[in-house]
Amino acid sequence: MSDIRFDRAASGIVTLTFDAPNQPVNTMNASFRASLHEAVERLKVEASDLKGVILTSAKATFFAGGDLKELSQVGSADAGKVFSMVEGLKADLRRLETLGIPVVAAINGSALGGGWEIALACHHRVLLDDPRAKIGLPEVTLGLLPGGGGIVRTVRLLGLEKAMPLLLEGKQLSPKAALEGGLVHALAATPQALLAAAEAWILSHPSSRQVFDDEGYKVPGGTPKQPKLAEMLPVAPAMLLEKTKGCYPAPVAILAAAVESLQISVDAALRVESRYFAQVATSQTARNMISTLFFQLNALKAGENRPEAAAPVKVRRIGVLGAGMMGAGIAYAAAKAGIDVVIKDVDLTAAEKGKQYAEKLLDERLRKGQIDDASKAALLERIKPVDRYEDLAGCELVIEAVFEDRQIKKDVTEKTLAHLAKGAIMASNTSTLPITSLARATTVPANFIGLHFFSPVDKMQLVEIILGSQTSPETVARSFDFVRQIDKIPIIVNDSRGFYTSRVFGAFTQEGIAMLGEGQSPIAIERAALQAGMPVGPLAVSDEVSLRLFSLVRKATEADLAKAGKELPHHPANAVIDRMLNDFGRPGKAAGAGFYEYPKDGKKFIWPKLSSTYRGEPIPFDDMKDRLLFIQALETVRTFEEGVLTSVSDANIGSIFGFGFAPWSGGTLQFINAYGLRAFTERARELSSRYGERFSPPALLIAKAERNEAF
Amino acid sequence: MSRSAYIYDAIRTPRGKGKADGGLYEVKPVSLLSRQLQTLAERNQLDTNRVSDVVIGCVSAVGEQGGNIAKAAALAAHWPQTVAGSTVNRFCASGLEAVNIAAMKVASGFEDLMVAGGVESMSRVAMGSDGGAWAFDPETNMIAGFAPQGIGADLIATIEGFSRDDVDQFALRSHQKAAAAEAEGRSGASRVPFADQNGVTILGRDELVRKDASAAALGQLKASFAKIGDFGFDGVAYHKYHAVERINHVHTAGNSSGISDGAAVVLIGSEQIGRELGLKAKARVVSAAIVGSEPTIMLTGPTAATRLALSKAGLSFSDIDLFEVNEAFAAVVMKFQKDTGVPFEKINVNGGAIALGHPLGATGAMLTSTLIDELGRRKLRYGVVTLCIGAGMGIATVFERL
Repeated sequence: MSDIRFDRAASGIVTLTFDAPNQPVNTMNASFRASLHEAVERLKVEASDLKGVILTSAKATFFAGGDLKELSQVGSADAGKVFSMVEGLKADLRRLETLGIPVVAAINGSALGGGWEIALACHHRVLLDDPRAKIGLPEVTLGLLPGGGGIVRTVRLLGLEKAMPLLLEGKQLSPKAALEGGLVHALAATPQALLAAAEAWILSHPSSRQVFDDEGYKVPGGTPKQPKLAEMLPVAPAMLLEKTKGCYPAPVAILAAAVESLQISVDAALRVESRYFAQVATSQTARNMISTLFFQLNALKAGENRPEAAAPVKVRRIGVLGAGMMGAGIAYAAAKAGIDVVIKDVDLTAAEKGKQYAEKLLDERLRKGQIDDASKAALLERIKPVDRYEDLAGCELVIEAVFEDRQIKKDVTEKTLAHLAKGAIMASNTSTLPITSLARATTVPANFIGLHFFSPVDKMQLVEIILGSQTSPETVARSFDFVRQIDKIPIIVNDSRGFYTSRVFGAFTQEGIAMLGEGQSPIAIERAALQAGMPVGPLAVSDEVSLRLFSLVRKATEADLAKAGKELPHHPANAVIDRMLNDFGRPGKAAGAGFYEYPKDGKKFIWPKLSSTYRGEPIPFDDMKDRLLFIQALETVRTFEEGVLTSVSDANIGSIFGFGFAPWSGGTLQFINAYGLRAFTERARELSSRYGERFSPPALLIAKAERNEAF
Repeated sequence: MSRSAYIYDAIRTPRGKGKADGGLYEVKPVSLLSRQLQTLAERNQLDTNRVSDVVIGCVSAVGEQGGNIAKAAALAAHWPQTVAGSTVNRFCASGLEAVNIAAMKVASGFEDLMVAGGVESMSRVAMGSDGGAWAFDPETNMIAGFAPQGIGADLIATIEGFSRDDVDQFALRSHQKAAAAEAEGRSGASRVPFADQNGVTILGRDELVRKDASAAALGQLKASFAKIGDFGFDGVAYHKYHAVERINHVHTAGNSSGISDGAAVVLIGSEQIGRELGLKAKARVVSAAIVGSEPTIMLTGPTAATRLALSKAGLSFSDIDLFEVNEAFAAVVMKFQKDTGVPFEKINVNGGAIALGHPLGATGAMLTSTLIDELGRRKLRYGVVTLCIGAGMGIATVFERL
């Protein structure tokens, strides 16, 4: 069965309707490519009698993009095969584009990736003016490049300067932005108007060609042969390096293909693009990113790890305790999803601050034209600041976001529970205190759960759901559903000190601080982190969190462990932190003095005395990079071994969305897979012998490596 | 080496300011070179039928300087059709590379008499106008870690701890030495005033030298590379030089080589042909070396190149009486001095490109004649010419005065 319906009307206009059988959306798979080939062959035969061609879709969207399943199966040796595959598709698109009759895309919904590339091969693009519709080339976000002509055509149509953000950032545009950006030629209000507009354009442009195939077509902004564009070229890679830090092959290939495409003919340029595509699509980075950021993320969002204990129910009203930055952020996120929020603080003035926070965020979105006054008002309407516990009555879920102090938490929880209906969920947003111990202080430990949000809540997508030892599966399922309802990404972990994210992130900052203590150059430590793919250096982020907090958490842990007759394992970072606090009085950014200096009227810089305080022989830069990534991967394996983590996708997604673990690697466990478990184990042993026991491979890792398994 | 390559003559034009108000701006590049060829022939009463080839360094070999300007200039000079020509591009070392190629061809016995040299009219053919993959092809650019020379120079200064005052002081001395040489008539027997086709002098002396240079005036100049550093090139440097927290942008128009116009030619031949033509050798090419070096910092090649050339010659730094280390940027020469321990008194004794200008393709050949002039004046024996080179290279040639 064909993926494309071929309808020839009496008017001489052929409509190709994409309608993949038994699929919710159209994707660029083998079946579609074969169907397209067949359709184009037939068009070629009939072209002389035809007035034109309309491309549209029978699905709710126009086209969903490439078939990642197909791509995820290619290995590093398959570049030749991938090249032939895209070349085949592109030959058909190019034939369609050069039939000599008008070709119009009637885009009835989102057209992304390969789907948008099909639209680009048309002479005229009309888009349904539906706010849900998005067009764009998101390939780069999965480590890929648009290989279906998307680079060549976008660059020729818009010019290099305008095309680059679309290609390098994978921006998705609304119909309005697509029209303003010159990517579509017209918007249509209804599906009927869409087809009518396509037809009308065909009839009024009988001898249409692709604009850049016209003799004398000038690419906006010029070509590399012209000084105006040429002078930008030497610095463009430098600006790209600033963003990629050398971790991502795809953006480099995109820039290269884009610039090279302007030196040569369309046909040669399309081939060059295919070669870069094959190179990038078969890279380990693409495999990492597709695996984690597409398959694992989708599976996780779809509830792969959600217990089937309760039917999905939408939450209508939640309570938030504490109107500080976290509480206010949670309130905003919930209200944004249409949930009524009661936000409580010690007095109304304090509680109002939580609402003002939402107002500030909304004003910013209003300024950017993302929302209108009515939706701002509606959202604010849903947030109700209160100062009495009884006002929390009727909440199905209450999230406590008060100060990290057991006694305070116990107190507010008890007072809240008194007003909640039976079966309501009580959640804590703690990032450090074990959930089981907090739950024990309540009368309903089965309904008690940890919902660890990340700051700033409106930007950070992850929520770490932490199970206490008595948390019921139903509570987990309902909490999971709530996190999805507010459009965040839930991972589920078992209770442990630091849970998953804080614990592994702590290993990262501690490793950086340990290297400083060894006398490594502080700025080189920061650069090693950035070049390993971390979003921020360990010293900078420690300053942000504050060394004082590190110290407090450690002391609390020490006290807890002492009660259980255990000792806190020694870590070389501790001495550095103590010295920074006690000898130098430099607790971090908030105090204006930490590992960095924070001048009032300038950029921060490394506190100059650090280098003279800690002196040592420089170690290889690659060791620095590896130490920072390995320690996180190893700590993840340990959490896995201890049963804190129970799924690979939770580990990978949690690491990338929670603390920014090198996205190129596909997450903490995928990093190990890509490295190869045996090679990773070997390297961990090497690091252990050079830099400390903490790099010793855990038993689980050794066992898996021996069995040649992956995570 | 089967035999020696001898330098029978080496001449250069005065260096003009490489702008539209420069003294040589009106002179087309082919004339800069062809008139030098004519002068060389006249000075030596040279039977140009005996010259087999003209090899000329030229960096921006496009437009007026394109299409093999060496052969074009030989034709324009009315030299016999039998004289061949080729153009070489070793970036800033092109002129010295031409000298080395000619010396190697003569020493090997493949050729007997050649003209080497270089030409660059930076006022008419802008630096960078020849494009090239290193900077303009994104893939190559990223692999190489491309950053403009000035970033490399500032990076050297930062790593070596040369302050703005240090590099300005160095620049001031370059101007003072060049001005003194001019005043005392030591600017070289080989600098030939540039005349038009009627013999009317167009430019008689090096135009960029400032007698009135002062530390105060130099200190007023704006750092030339801070802005492009901010665009992202500093980041390219940090990507490789992890322990450099912040590049100290110390180089300015005042302590970097001047944009300029000029040409130079060198007559190189075997001992036997010199006898046959009655030419007296001024110097002998003892050895030469070329090295590659880290491309982002780019300008650290002279030390390794000089070491290599000296080891090939069986000489040490202390055997060398005078050094011409191209003053592409103050920090380049200062680092060479720091690396090698050669006393400043032996380096660029009559000033360098900071004061005199750096007509890219010509400079290596110009420094050859400058060195031989001064070795002759001081009656010294050995000298070295060395230059840093784009994309990370270094070149050095050891000469012996005869």
